[in-house]
Amino acid sequence: MNLTLNVWRQKNRGDAGRFERYDATDISEHMSFLEMLDVVNERLMAKGEEPIHFDHDCREGICGACGLVINGDPHGPQNATTTCQLHMREFTDGDAITIEPWRADAFPVIRDLVVDRQAFDRIVQAGGYVSVRTGSARDANEIPIPKEAADLAMDAASCIGCGACVAACPNASASLFVAAKIAHLGLLPQGQPERKERARRMVAQMDAEGFGHCTNHYECEGACPKEISVEFIARMNREFLLAMLVSRTELASRGGR
Amino acid sequence: MDAEVRKLSQARCPSGPIDSRWSRHRFEMKLVNPSNRRKFKIIIVGTGLAGAAAAATLGEQGYNVAVFCYQDSPRRAHSIAAQGGINAAKNYQNDGDSIYRLFYDTVKGGDFRARESNVHRLAEVSVNIIDQCVAQGVPFAREYGGLLDNRSFGGAQVSRTFYARGQTGQQLLLGAYQALERQVEAGTVTQFTRHEMMELIVIDGIARGIVCRNLANGRVEAHTADVVVLATGGYANAFYLSTNAKGCNTTAIWRAHRKGALFANPCFTQIHPTCIPQAGDYQSKLTLMSESLRNDGRVWVPSNAADCEKDAGKIAEADRDYYLERMYPSFGNLVPRDIASRRAKEMCDDGRGVGPMVGGDARRGVYLDFRDAIERLGQAKVEERYGNLFTMYERITGEDPYVVPMRIYPATHYTMGGLWVDYNLMSTIAGLFVAGEANFSDHGANRLGASALMQGLGDGYFVLPSTVGNYLAQLKHVKVDEQHPEAKKAVADVTSRVARFVSIKGKRSPDSFHREVGQVIWDHCGMARSADGLAKALRRIPEIRREFWENLRVTGEAGELNQVIEQAGRVADFLELGELMCIDALARDESCGCHYRTEHTTEEGEAKRDDESFQYVAAWEYTGDMAKPRLHKEDLSFEFVKPSQRSYK
Repeated sequence: MNLTLNVWRQKNRGDAGRFERYDATDISEHMSFLEMLDVVNERLMAKGEEPIHFDHDCREGICGACGLVINGDPHGPQNATTTCQLHMREFTDGDAITIEPWRADAFPVIRDLVVDRQAFDRIVQAGGYVSVRTGSARDANEIPIPKEAADLAMDAASCIGCGACVAACPNASASLFVAAKIAHLGLLPQGQPERKERARRMVAQMDAEGFGHCTNHYECEGACPKEISVEFIARMNREFLLAMLVSRTELASRGGR
Repeated sequence: MDAEVRKLSQARCPSGPIDSRWSRHRFEMKLVNPSNRRKFKIIIVGTGLAGAAAAATLGEQGYNVAVFCYQDSPRRAHSIAAQGGINAAKNYQNDGDSIYRLFYDTVKGGDFRARESNVHRLAEVSVNIIDQCVAQGVPFAREYGGLLDNRSFGGAQVSRTFYARGQTGQQLLLGAYQALERQVEAGTVTQFTRHEMMELIVIDGIARGIVCRNLANGRVEAHTADVVVLATGGYANAFYLSTNAKGCNTTAIWRAHRKGALFANPCFTQIHPTCIPQAGDYQSKLTLMSESLRNDGRVWVPSNAADCEKDAGKIAEADRDYYLERMYPSFGNLVPRDIASRRAKEMCDDGRGVGPMVGGDARRGVYLDFRDAIERLGQAKVEERYGNLFTMYERITGEDPYVVPMRIYPATHYTMGGLWVDYNLMSTIAGLFVAGEANFSDHGANRLGASALMQGLGDGYFVLPSTVGNYLAQLKHVKVDEQHPEAKKAVADVTSRVARFVSIKGKRSPDSFHREVGQVIWDHCGMARSADGLAKALRRIPEIRREFWENLRVTGEAGELNQVIEQAGRVADFLELGELMCIDALARDESCGCHYRTEHTTEEGEAKRDDESFQYVAAWEYTGDMAKPRLHKEDLSFEFVKPSQRSYK
């Protein structure tokens, strides 16, 4: 098939950036979207032009590196699919395809379609873990966990940290990403001791990074390649409120310090 | 060559009863006082299971750790893509498992080319790994009673594999990543993302740092330390098409090799039997479908070549050849990877493959059929076990595996070879430790399924934290910094290598060279190897390398994010490593595990070892002449598991 691409090109963080038009001819429907871009890039380089830069790595939908806004949709038109798993059979001959990077203040563009997502690491640093020293764990089967709780925690834990939820949100909120981690650990007995502090600190860091607030558009759930449910956001809001109430009570009991 | 062979005898393996070697060794190792630990700086390159686990643990112990990865976040290292599971000798199923059985299975599975001491240690720490991961909140699959579930994997007759749906690697890596981020917050670990190691800094024979290219801005930087750990994964991308992530590369270990670290068993590369077949010549990578699928899926091809073009559903039961069940009645579809791969290739060579013809020689695919499992268990149960894998298959092929049998074909997946390390995981360069897939140590000539995750985490959480401490406790050298002449020289070397890529201004992209050399390595150093084929490859690879340095085209500039430069650097090193892989494969004039020399087969068509002549680790030294590396041999002795012809019948 033959396609016309409208691609965001930006030399570096300081550059204003612009759309460039490229013809993608003789594209096989069995190619992945990124293989289509590989072909376009090989042809650009053969002409001595610079290829389109984009993040990608595993190309099997799990590392979370890739992420393009395709015709306005993060990761493109297919549900529950990362950009690398999107195949050209989802498009038809003659299509015009607009390709942009994630757009969010907290994800500045480094070059072309490559953005800086270190804010996500900093949110995890703020409390997205269970504090357990290596070697100090007890026998694994001493912590029985109901299958339902383990399964729900796994649903939340399947987040790949790609940032599509942020790109999809009109407020560029990272609520789904943060909620998924708070839920994963909060649903398990191992995560209980730090549960309140975790919710409080991760939400505070999300705000500090400049992500917006959730105003219930639910675009994030629709864009999520792992179909993480917005119900986790409701859960996060409850946990956060509870954490704030408790910490205020604790503050009060300590004489308002 | 024999005149130049040297004996390698400093493996530092303890002796005595196998089950007390590690505990005794641990007691004998030197310790660093907690208050002194922050004075020692440790560089760790790579943030997969081994690197992230080591960085988190060493940080927690109070060392000053700097961790580097080429990805934009440590969480994206390729361990994340491991699907099926992680082995541990917990015996929660009460089906006869034990540490000794896991040790035995691993030594046998590796076709008697691994060190017994290392393998036993791995089996011992396997139980601690599961405890650690559960405590971190890794959501392993559970039974309704709330206890952990297990599944079976190839090469074992017990169920010892722990799993988290089809995303076990993801969940284990997120556990290690979260532990690592906790240390970043605590200030014990500094994290450098989008940094690719381009050179090792060696001063007076001791590893003292690395040179990185900051991929976000092209800047070349030196980082010095008291000890360097490479946990940079395997080199399966030497074949171009593999199941590895696109960025996986050999540069870190290859640069260390060029600086004096011996490279062990480079020809031991694992071909994974269950991958999605190649669909076209534009293919950029191959996708693995977890080996766990072989628990319930049945492998077959049409009995008659004439049926190969038919829809699978139209082929009568009597006309299907379930060849693994036929040839290996006791292990059936769960034979080890090397055997399953080789048999699939033979079926396709025999003209009985299925699926499209790419490149034109033969149909390269066999069926992996879930029809019977769906009948027996119901679709819901099959979906619960493998749902995400089935979805992934459908995304890629456009076919629904609940209705049409999957098509699979072997692809390069893992490399057992890697930098040579002693029992402490230290290379032949003092102060340079190597962990996980990047070293050669535990899997011999073939790795069993669900053992890579075990080794990565075992090295990272439990081995390195002891052995690195032991090294640091005995350290006598003075501190060096980035201004040291050797550090400055290494930076200058990297800068000029990058500048050279840009200055060639030829006609071909790095990717085109990578595809070309990858095809040569696949054809002659892949699933079947012969002296003739390897000789051909050894003529061809240097020619491709020569053209690379004359006709490479790199667009853009050095001082910016430039993915073409990244590719060029990685391909340049694969072009050198590929030659060493073929030299090693040619020198190992026997078959063993993954290394199948067509000249050496048993009457039943299995790999025929020659223990008399080749029961050793081949560790190669870089001499400056790529065609003439120097061979060092580490003789292997088997005191506990007596070498035998592997039989899975």
